[in-house]
Amino acid sequence: MSTALESEPGVVAETSERRLRTAVWRLMKDRPSAVVGAIVLGLIVLLAIFAPLVAPHGIHDKIGPPFGRPADFKPLGLDDGGTDVLSLLIWGARISLIVGFAATLVAMLIGGTVGILAGYYGGSTDTVLMRITDYFLAIPDVPLMIVVAAIWGPSLSHIILVIGMLLWTSTARIVRAQVKSVRERVYVKRARALGAGDARIVFRHVLPQVAPLLVANTVLTIAVAIFDETALAFLGLSDPSKISWGKMIKNATESAAVSYGAWWAIVPPGVCVAIVILACTLIGSAMEDSLNPRLRVAHLAARGFRIGTEG
Amino acid sequence: MSAQPITARAALLEVHDLHVRFDLPNDRQLHAVQGVSLSLRRGELFGLVGESGCGKTTTILALMGLLPSSATVSGRIELEGQDLLAEGEASMRPHRWNDVAMVFQGAMNAFNPVKTVGSQLVEPMELHELAEGREAEARAGELLELVGIGKERASRFPHEFSGGMRQRAAIAMALACDPKILLADEPTTALDVMVQAQILELLTTLSHDLELTLVFVTHDLPVIAELCDRAAVMYAGEIVEEGSVETLYHDPRHPYTRLLFAAIPDAMGDKDVASIPGAPPRLDQEIVGCPFRPRCDVSFERCVTERPLPIWLSEQHRAACHRNDEVWAAAAP
Amino acid sequence: MGGGGAVTEDLLEVSDLVVRYPVQRGIVGTMRRRPKEQVHAVEGVSFSLGRGQMLALVGESGCGKTTTAHAILRLVEAQGGRIVLDGRDITRLNHGELRPLRRSVQIIYQDPYESLDPRFRVRDAVEEPLKIHRIGDAGADRRARVVQALERVGLTPPDLFLDRYPHELSGGQRQRVAVACALVLGPELLVADEPVSMLDVSIRAGVLSLLHDLRRSGLAILMITHDLSTAAHFADRIAVMYLGRVVEEGPAKEIARNPQHPYTKALMSVVPRPDPRDRSRREILHGETPDPVHVPPGCRFHPRCPIAQGVCREQDPELRPTERGATPDHRAACLFT
Repeated sequence: MSTALESEPGVVAETSERRLRTAVWRLMKDRPSAVVGAIVLGLIVLLAIFAPLVAPHGIHDKIGPPFGRPADFKPLGLDDGGTDVLSLLIWGARISLIVGFAATLVAMLIGGTVGILAGYYGGSTDTVLMRITDYFLAIPDVPLMIVVAAIWGPSLSHIILVIGMLLWTSTARIVRAQVKSVRERVYVKRARALGAGDARIVFRHVLPQVAPLLVANTVLTIAVAIFDETALAFLGLSDPSKISWGKMIKNATESAAVSYGAWWAIVPPGVCVAIVILACTLIGSAMEDSLNPRLRVAHLAARGFRIGTEG
Repeated sequence: MSAQPITARAALLEVHDLHVRFDLPNDRQLHAVQGVSLSLRRGELFGLVGESGCGKTTTILALMGLLPSSATVSGRIELEGQDLLAEGEASMRPHRWNDVAMVFQGAMNAFNPVKTVGSQLVEPMELHELAEGREAEARAGELLELVGIGKERASRFPHEFSGGMRQRAAIAMALACDPKILLADEPTTALDVMVQAQILELLTTLSHDLELTLVFVTHDLPVIAELCDRAAVMYAGEIVEEGSVETLYHDPRHPYTRLLFAAIPDAMGDKDVASIPGAPPRLDQEIVGCPFRPRCDVSFERCVTERPLPIWLSEQHRAACHRNDEVWAAAAP
Repeated sequence: MGGGGAVTEDLLEVSDLVVRYPVQRGIVGTMRRRPKEQVHAVEGVSFSLGRGQMLALVGESGCGKTTTAHAILRLVEAQGGRIVLDGRDITRLNHGELRPLRRSVQIIYQDPYESLDPRFRVRDAVEEPLKIHRIGDAGADRRARVVQALERVGLTPPDLFLDRYPHELSGGQRQRVAVACALVLGPELLVADEPVSMLDVSIRAGVLSLLHDLRRSGLAILMITHDLSTAAHFADRIAVMYLGRVVEEGPAKEIARNPQHPYTKALMSVVPRPDPRDRSRREILHGETPDPVHVPPGCRFHPRCPIAQGVCREQDPELRPTERGATPDHRAACLFT
């Protein structure tokens, strides 16, 4: 008996892959803030990449007196070394973003691996890995960063590793929860009954279901990583040869910019950090909301139906 | 207990031309219920039969006004003469649970696990100001006895109850405010056949003893045949045939009813089991002609363009089919 | 059939299968030193299944039918008994030795909406078993096998379905895809766990007829179901299970028309029948099936049995041919048949 392809009554359900694309599309319609965030983040990334072309001056170019005013030295004045603040911002973006993205990559790799192993194998593997995770979670971030940076020395790669080491825990938890739930799905059990090996099941069946949530979590992690870098730089623990937004704030504070009234040396880098973090948060939480159906509560409002007139 | 035969009693609930539409993205609408009309009397055991997507659950949710804000309802739902839809939620609310109550699909799994069963029975009573405190607890015990659970179990938690007992408790909860009509959505679908038999027996007894009108919604035709006096078969949002269960089995006038009975395996007999090719039509698009035509084995030209209206074939029997005056072989040979 | 050697006609022989699970005690239980209890999921089940036959394992929840099937598939470890597949004892084989066997025994699940990976197209889903077992060359050879499997399950023309995602298919079609995934490896035994209980009534017969027809090519089918009518209609033989035991076994129609064990009789009497005029007596048993942790002594059915006597509390009846059964292979485990 042949069965022609019939149409489904009602609305067509969505696959996970489709959900990612639909999520992006819906983002644009329902959450314009996320779109704004994406555009802003994109612009900043572009500026950072094309710094040599975009920045009006070099970071070591002394073009005026310390704390030259924005009125005289457009658009944002000069810092304590007579360097153009705008150029510093653009060049500084590079380091802040590089550390942010790289540290997040480290966190994602470690957290993803731990989460998958713990969620998939369960049992004692899960217990051990989760206790390690708890251990890392309990450690206060900033003091550890200070200690490690002080011991290892403040090079860029060390900073990236340290931040990554602290951020992987939240990723691990989210991945583990998702892997645990996907693992119980019938099609995964079926794959096992077919004789599929663990690697195959993880990469072809589990990971695609975990990926969307992981991406959302990653974006949010970037925000935290950039903040951590800023804090480290402010505390003097960043690479001394590189300029970042945190460094700018540090330099300004140390040279008493506030008493000079030179707000243009302190405020712009702080604002930049805030903007990037805000952008990432907007994007990340919008993605999370649209990917996690449990966060939607509209269906709880049963009642409130409308009366129509047509037959 | 009234000695009047059910068919002679006045109508308790009359539904006229009920339509329910849900909003969909992109300005479309899902026309889930397309002109349903029903008449129910006191103490009647009525079955609403159909497969997934036919609109039976939406219909009974509409009877209680339990539809979300994306739904638009039109038509009349008259309970003892009063139109429940006249003012939307405002006119529905006073009757909810007091007059019309429901056992939801999966109700047996919807108990709050951290509260005792007794306290969950007390809750609707207190909400509707029927009873409070000691009085309510006593009544909760009575309700449990009514459904065949010892009243001492009121202090137990849901996980200590078996599946069948939880379903009984769900029925007790629905009866908390002494309603006139009980709507039950697939109450025995997830239960073993023996427990199902127990629940069906319970529902029959309750309907009989309390003069309770029961609307039993299910996809399982034999259950309806066993439990109910009358039934309506739904397809694509409308009632395609309605009548006594005997009429539906021995003299079906709509091809879907006939084919549905033919799709049931008979443990005893050797009659062949058939399946109906194709699938129901999409309800987010307007249906031209008869909704069942693509799957019908006896359709002809008129079915393509003209949508059949339900025609009364006798006082109790109606069918929406252009060929409803032809008598087919009964569902059984 | 001639004698000599261990050649057996049956594809699958299960003897005295036992599967038990420990019950979790929790902290309080451990501290209070509660005795460790076992869930007696399967307590000595024996049956056989020949090529081209369909056996229905019928029973209510908790009877052990699903556990039995999982034990046969070696997804669950058995504590006792033997499982012999095609003459080979597979009860104690380890993971590596089992791998080639995965080709011979396949399973389809109850839920058509969950048993297919939503990210896989039909072609990927049906091809996956081939990839796992490294059968056929990539490209035309595998594609031909996939197409053949789709045709076998009635999804024609196959080209229409190859690139579809599961959500674009109806429940019945998804279930057919699941069968195709199972068939593509050329198994000898197919385990179907409630294959149609989540499908609409009007399309069940289609999927069941498909399974029925597949027997012609020699495929043996073990169907797990709670639906007696379906079992009686489609299966060759029925084994009725209660609390981990087979209480009655025999040809399907015979069991349906002439049940001998009191439990089977009661079950058959309460199965709802479509003819409203059929008002034969319903034997509704009291209470529910006891939990498999505390199995009653003697005959496990005696607390609910309408004809139980004193001796039933002490003796555990064996499965043996009945007096009033029509054939000698109609067996029941009751002292009074």
